[in-house]
Amino acid sequence: MEEVLNIFVKSIFIDNMVFAYFLGMCSYLAISKTVKTSVGLGIAVIFVLGITVPINYILENYLLAPGALSWISADFKDLDLSFLSFIIFIAIIASMVQLVEMFIEKFSPALYSSLGIFLPLIAVNCAILGGALFMQEREYTSILHATSFGLGSGVGWFLAIVGIAAIREKIEYSNIPPALRGLGISFIITGLMGIAFMSFLGIKL
Amino acid sequence: MSKNSIFSSEIGKILTSPFGNDNPITVKVLGICSALAVTVKLQPAFVMALSVIVVTAFSNLLISLLRNGIPPRIRIIVQLVVVALMVIIVDQLLKAFVYDISKQLSVFVGLIITNCIIMGRLEAFALANKPWPSFVDGVGNGMGYGFILIVVAFFRELLGSGTLWGFRVIPESFYMSNNGFYVDNGMMILPPMALILIGVIIWIQRSRNKNLVDIS
Repeated sequence: MEEVLNIFVKSIFIDNMVFAYFLGMCSYLAISKTVKTSVGLGIAVIFVLGITVPINYILENYLLAPGALSWISADFKDLDLSFLSFIIFIAIIASMVQLVEMFIEKFSPALYSSLGIFLPLIAVNCAILGGALFMQEREYTSILHATSFGLGSGVGWFLAIVGIAAIREKIEYSNIPPALRGLGISFIITGLMGIAFMSFLGIKL
Repeated sequence: MSKNSIFSSEIGKILTSPFGNDNPITVKVLGICSALAVTVKLQPAFVMALSVIVVTAFSNLLISLLRNGIPPRIRIIVQLVVVALMVIIVDQLLKAFVYDISKQLSVFVGLIITNCIIMGRLEAFALANKPWPSFVDGVGNGMGYGFILIVVAFFRELLGSGTLWGFRVIPESFYMSNNGFYVDNGMMILPPMALILIGVIIWIQRSRNKNLVDIS
């Protein structure tokens, strides 16, 4: 149980998707103009990462990894399908996003109207595929660990985008050199935020 | 010269504009996601740039060949499948021939799939143009992207570890540990410096070309 919490905290602060791996930068820069929309997108990312990482974990361990198919019959124990993992992961992500969108539309129209426009964007957000690929690379031992990694990464991404949106709202009227306005300063601020987040390095519960 | 000839001026323009005022990273802000983490050293950055060029060029070519047969409603799925196919081929090739670098790049080869440059070019160019210009457009955008990667990697490797392409540029005897005066800038190896370097590149580019400045 301790390990689960540890992975959760680690993936929020130390292995932060944005600051340590630059994942999901496209939507991070494009949607972070106001706090309100960035909160919507952030919640959608937490949601989708929390669902797709465990599903991809199950697929990885019972279908793709070397010898994973031996639960069907002992003949398959040498079979290695891991070269298919990219295509399977991206298919799962695209279809899960579609499913989640339909589900929310049916059961919670209020949530849908605030999240709806962001969900299709998420299918091609690198942070989601990155979550699945890191899960594969780090070889988590149980589905609980994988889930807490997925949720933690989502929360980390949420924190990053809400943080930059708040700063961008504040600096709107600052006197920035014209050539640096908009994109340039956002990059530099993200870099500085990343340096601040590095102070969490080495935290262990 | 007609538009269809192989080396007309339009083709040349398609190839070279991504280097300057049409650069995918600094102007269009596409595809920052998957690659900045590989710019600590020149060598992986070069391999990454090459992989992206191959993937954009050939997926552009394939989508352009298929463009009249793809129903518009499911085009995103078709594009994802084509890109994923290309990335799998590249990944297998890297694993077979340059295994060490493929280990260093780890998940970032797979993340080429969701690199916005590729989807962006497929949507904006390949779906509406003939195969040969699409192929050239893919090569050009891949190179514009690779160019920024290599510039960032050049400075990060030179200032961060004092080497270029793994060869020592700043002599050992300059270092503090050998009674010299020089210390590597450890900041350059940390991930946030890549972002700040890109910010500076954007700053330089925009102060040379005022048309690119954001109004907002």
